[in-house]
Amino acid sequence: MKYSDSYLCGVALGLVLLAAFVFAGRGLGAAGAFAATATGTVASVAPGYAASNPYFGRYLARPGGPWREWLLIEIAGVVIGGFISAALAGRLGGLVERGRGVSVRSRLAVAFAGGAVMGIGAVLARGCTSGQALTGGALLSVGSWTFMLAAFAAGYAVAPALKWAWR
Amino acid sequence: MSAFLLPLAIGVAFGATLERAGLGSARKLTGQFLLTDLTVFKVMFSAIVTAMLGLFWCSRLGWVDLNAIAVPETYLRPQLAGGLIFGAGFALAGLCPGTSCVAAASGRGDGLAVVGGLFAGVLGAGLSFPLFLDFYDSDARGAWTLPSLLHLPYGNVVLGVVVVALLGFAAAEALERRGRTAHASAAHGFGSSGPRMRITALVLALILAGLAAIVRTPVNPATAAAAEARAKALYKPPSGC
Repeated sequence: MKYSDSYLCGVALGLVLLAAFVFAGRGLGAAGAFAATATGTVASVAPGYAASNPYFGRYLARPGGPWREWLLIEIAGVVIGGFISAALAGRLGGLVERGRGVSVRSRLAVAFAGGAVMGIGAVLARGCTSGQALTGGALLSVGSWTFMLAAFAAGYAVAPALKWAWR
Repeated sequence: MSAFLLPLAIGVAFGATLERAGLGSARKLTGQFLLTDLTVFKVMFSAIVTAMLGLFWCSRLGWVDLNAIAVPETYLRPQLAGGLIFGAGFALAGLCPGTSCVAAASGRGDGLAVVGGLFAGVLGAGLSFPLFLDFYDSDARGAWTLPSLLHLPYGNVVLGVVVVALLGFAAAEALERRGRTAHASAAHGFGSSGPRMRITALVLALILAGLAAIVRTPVNPATAAAAEARAKALYKPPSGC
């Protein structure tokens, strides 16, 4: 099945974000779910260290603990929603998206590396495309708009060097 | 129970919308950086415009207390640096944190690899956090917004963002048209929203933004006093992404 119209999806996404603002009093996010998972993992291995680490400690101090983090439950929903939508559209299936001439192994390695770099950036920026660009963008936060412009500027700077990989 | 069901339901809708738009595909997202497919820009900015206008008017009409929604606090230099690092990783991965979860959920191995990488990156940054704690908390500007940066009324900034977004959409369509004719495959459909629906949405956005600029502030005078009192009681520390 063909993907839906970009603007229609954008308006729908905006309404989801608005619903989050109105009913939950907060916006969307994604990187926070990874932070909560990392915190929960570290805390289960070394609880004393996690509490003393300034990053994990901040997450541990939240009411309910890292496994009850709002964004973690939301991301569980994203996985369910993404799965159902792909299933209904007939888009489910094992696949590693890559350019011609790129091996599965090297695409997976680059994807993992890209994810790791993004993770570091998201920690430093206090959020990602969802929590900063989308949510903070709609709330007109200066830091969020700075993050958004910086992220796209870096993406445009790096992408030409990767063009061959997507042929 | 709603502490669990509400974020879950919002997440399901979030994930389904991203998937419908095609944002679970790394090739599609990479097209944004190669300027061949501007779906990311179109989805993101129509979402920002919709939520921004919706929030402005919900607040203005007294349905929502804008003060109860925490504006992400600004740490200018760390967020600039974080954005640059994030963008480089985004271009490498072809997916961002939210869309990588959608890609993984629809069975894409590269999506799963990005999810694994994100976990490793956040874990590594957390473990080495003491090294850059000072930088992380530096250049704090509080809940700084574009209206206070530009010394303009909130409504004028809303109108400005809408106008910029609409000009961006026109540019995006022109870029994609150019790409399509270059590849001699003009048969790409527009999906489900026809030109009439687009014009209606465009006019509606301009009217709502124009009225926002006229009334200037999202604060409803009738509820302002009550909102201020509640804002003090409801203050929440800003949460991360």
